[in-house]
Amino acid sequence: MQVFPSNTHRNSSSSNDAVSLPTIPLYRSAPPLEVRLEEFESFAIDRLRVLKGISDGLSRGKKPEEMATLVKDLWKANMRHQHASEVLNKDIISHFVLRLVYCRTYEPSVFYVFLFYFSFMPFKHFTMQEELRKWFLSMESALFRYRFREQVPEAQRVIMEEFDLPYKATSNVEYESVKEKLVQVARSLGQNSSTVDAIYYKVPFEEVPELVAGRKVFLSQGWAYVAMNQVVSLLATLFRSQLSKALILTNRKWTSSIREKEKHRLAPIVEALSSSYLGPDYSQPREYGEISLKDIDQVVKSSFPLCMRHLFEKLREDHHLKHGGRMQLGLFLKGVGLNLDDALAFWRAEFSKKVGLEKFEKEYAYNVRHSYGKEGKRTDYTPFSCQKIISSTPGAGDQHGCPYRHFSEENLRAALSRMGVNSRAMEDVMNKVRNRHYQLACTLTFEAIHGTQCDAGINHPNQYFSDSQKIFQQKELSSQQEYLKLKARYESLQRSQRNLMGEDLGPLSSKELESLERQLDCSLKQIRSTRTQFMLDQLSDLQRKVHDIGSRVPYPRFQ
Amino acid sequence: MAREDEMEIDGYQGNETTLPHEFNLNYLKLYYGKLFPHSDLFKWMSYGNDGKHPGCDPSYLSRREFSYTLDNDIYVRFQSFHNAAELENSIKDKCPFKIDIGPVYSVDPSKRHAYAQSGDNVFTPVERELIFDIDISDYDDVRYCCSGADVCLNCWPLMTIAIKVIDTALRDDFGFKHILWVFSGRRGVHCWVCDGKARKLTNEQRSSIADYFRVYKGNENSYKKVSLTGHVLHPFLAGAYSEVLKEFFETKLLTSQNLLSSEERFEKILEMIPDQSATAELRGKWQENRRSSSAKDDINVVRWEQLKQLLQSGKYKAQRLHRCVEEIVFSFTYPRLDMEVSKHMNHLLKAPFCVHPKTGRVCVPINPNHCEEFDPTIVPTLSQLLEELNREGFTADVDGEWNKTSLGSAIRLFRSLFLQPLLEACKKDIETSYNAKLKQSKDLHSW
Repeated sequence: MQVFPSNTHRNSSSSNDAVSLPTIPLYRSAPPLEVRLEEFESFAIDRLRVLKGISDGLSRGKKPEEMATLVKDLWKANMRHQHASEVLNKDIISHFVLRLVYCRTYEPSVFYVFLFYFSFMPFKHFTMQEELRKWFLSMESALFRYRFREQVPEAQRVIMEEFDLPYKATSNVEYESVKEKLVQVARSLGQNSSTVDAIYYKVPFEEVPELVAGRKVFLSQGWAYVAMNQVVSLLATLFRSQLSKALILTNRKWTSSIREKEKHRLAPIVEALSSSYLGPDYSQPREYGEISLKDIDQVVKSSFPLCMRHLFEKLREDHHLKHGGRMQLGLFLKGVGLNLDDALAFWRAEFSKKVGLEKFEKEYAYNVRHSYGKEGKRTDYTPFSCQKIISSTPGAGDQHGCPYRHFSEENLRAALSRMGVNSRAMEDVMNKVRNRHYQLACTLTFEAIHGTQCDAGINHPNQYFSDSQKIFQQKELSSQQEYLKLKARYESLQRSQRNLMGEDLGPLSSKELESLERQLDCSLKQIRSTRTQFMLDQLSDLQRKVHDIGSRVPYPRFQ
Repeated sequence: MAREDEMEIDGYQGNETTLPHEFNLNYLKLYYGKLFPHSDLFKWMSYGNDGKHPGCDPSYLSRREFSYTLDNDIYVRFQSFHNAAELENSIKDKCPFKIDIGPVYSVDPSKRHAYAQSGDNVFTPVERELIFDIDISDYDDVRYCCSGADVCLNCWPLMTIAIKVIDTALRDDFGFKHILWVFSGRRGVHCWVCDGKARKLTNEQRSSIADYFRVYKGNENSYKKVSLTGHVLHPFLAGAYSEVLKEFFETKLLTSQNLLSSEERFEKILEMIPDQSATAELRGKWQENRRSSSAKDDINVVRWEQLKQLLQSGKYKAQRLHRCVEEIVFSFTYPRLDMEVSKHMNHLLKAPFCVHPKTGRVCVPINPNHCEEFDPTIVPTLSQLLEELNREGFTADVDGEWNKTSLGSAIRLFRSLFLQPLLEACKKDIETSYNAKLKQSKDLHSW
């Protein structure tokens, strides 16, 4: 693929004039296409929008059918091109640009050199990139999967051929021998037995982990019987592993030559793209600084999302959490700004009540230090996102996971009312839960508790925390200001009252004294006029009385 | 506050200052010196790479991580050994309270720092048995006889059926052959799947197998632990239900745990029925007939039959009611695996033939074909073994001194059932891959 500055004349691509079946490219190798610099960037952003949309959909727990529609809509909205013939090119170009963006990963050799020069080099940077690479892999695979599902059977077959699967469909004899079981599997998945496929591929179970995990295939002696309509899972696995390998190669190329050659042209674009959809990194405490141990209980009540609040309360209650719970809460607290010493003190205080101090130091302290990157691989682990928490699988004795997903309805209701969610908001929350919109349910809870809108939605427990803190700080700020205003007013009133009484006149300037005099004069006038009015009223009253008496008493008769 | 109690935290025991009678360092020294089957452990861990065949990998054993828990809970990780003598001497010398086996790494784990300095991130697990860990303490909400780490003959059968269900599926569904089941020494069982294919599984593939087995989805905050959907059960679950779980539940567990005898207990089962009127009817019936319970029939069985009849009569048509009987049976009996242990390569697991420091019992293998005969309460203890040794006198025979003790049958079982077939298979694998390589290079030369 060649990139041309936007001002150069563009050769019309002749190779793609013949648009055949609208099929999905497998991105095996970069095409010999020419790309204008601005398209290089805008295509990539369009594709990122699609991938981000898929990521959001998955984290909302959308069902496969809903995902299929979502992907179709996202693709239509973002990946169009004014020239129909360019659609395929846009698809391919954007994919390869994003490969450049996300191929970067842990670079050991460079890393150790860095370490040598800057012993304070943060480690989290590398894990972050590793995570982004995995994210890209997953989203591209998901995109492939849903696009494949949308294809007509002939197109699907073409794509399958391109993958060159080493497996053959089962023979008739073999099919008949296991037919009963195959029908049973299909029915267990809710499919009508009359529509059960007759074409099955016999594949080693290792090739279709996803189907095995969901018990979606019949297994016998290490072979999985994959129905025609499940082949997409097999292909997606292959697609993913091929892309994963390709990313490693791209990375190697990027670091060895492209980055240097394209230092001024492509590299800045790629750098910018890679940070454009990062989202905030919650591994370091944000602007609210650190929370300290002594006010943690207060903060738990006001600003922890339910998942963390639950873990925290359970820990206080049982003085113990299983591994999953320790990880989920521990990394969250780290992100919230609990420093290592406080974290150790925090866990020690609880665990020592149950297992004893000595045992804590021996068995658990290591793990706390480990999650702060002070032991073992020395990776600074990032707090879990909602997506990770929702997809976790808590088992017996476990307290972690997403309450909206993993609690029974009764327990969730009880927990929410303890948080102070009123009954009307509760129904809205439960509604979202029923539709498996766990993050939306959490968002509604946030809004109910804080009494404000949360337009961005909740995507990360640490985001919940920082948004909540932000609101409390604003609230605190405004009440603080109100108090100060009233206080100032009260004081000035007191002062002026004293002045009016003739006290504390010393510090007043002549102008102020003048105005005080005027004020006093004014009030004096008012007092006088009121008094005059009063006397006049009394006078006229008396005159009327004299008159009344005069008219009632008969004139003396002179006899 | 709870220091003197025996608290169980994630598989570790609370502090104790004095060792129990069954277990002390001197006993352990004798055990490692005279009874522990060092050579069997070595042969197993070498998987045929013992240097006799030109096609074997001489570095294989030395890349395996062993770790020790020493006296005073000192934990030493990343031990590795080059040969049988080194392994044996180290164990005898350090006398670990517990030996854990980790994965095979890309390089010798004891030299991992040296490799890290070279700048290549090459220290990573490459092979590991597929392992399962089942703990009776995970069944606390469905057993009334014991709790925590305690286990008795009333609740142990839960482990027995777990072995049956998992073992059958590993063999029939996944096609594995070399499977070792071991008593964990106190309250559970471990499973080691050692086929070459199993050892090379990626983490994702391991997760998928663990998920295949996962039915129990409840955490502490949802009471509906098992929910089964679809018109029928997946063949694996259907098989487990009809061949193992149903019978076990109805003939053993119901009566041994008195699952329906008291109000508190039957309410727990009624909670799992998603239909108010059905539960009301049953509740009414059961509260009444407590007085008139007939002597000849067990009350649990009678009530279970009533529950089944009612739910299967079609009288109540609430959604998902038709699966309810099965759901109850599954939540009370289906194996509960510690998922995290199976999902990743780098989980450590206690080696067989270790002695559990708390109980003094040896972690002996269990024959899955006769697992119902296994009785955890008569597993040989350390002190018992040493007594036997004293009685027999020190007349060593070829195989070592364990032969005359009650550990003898356990070691023989380990060899005949697991180790011999495994080593034969390994030999064959090494042979074939060597020949293939040879042929390849020959072809290259001839060309």
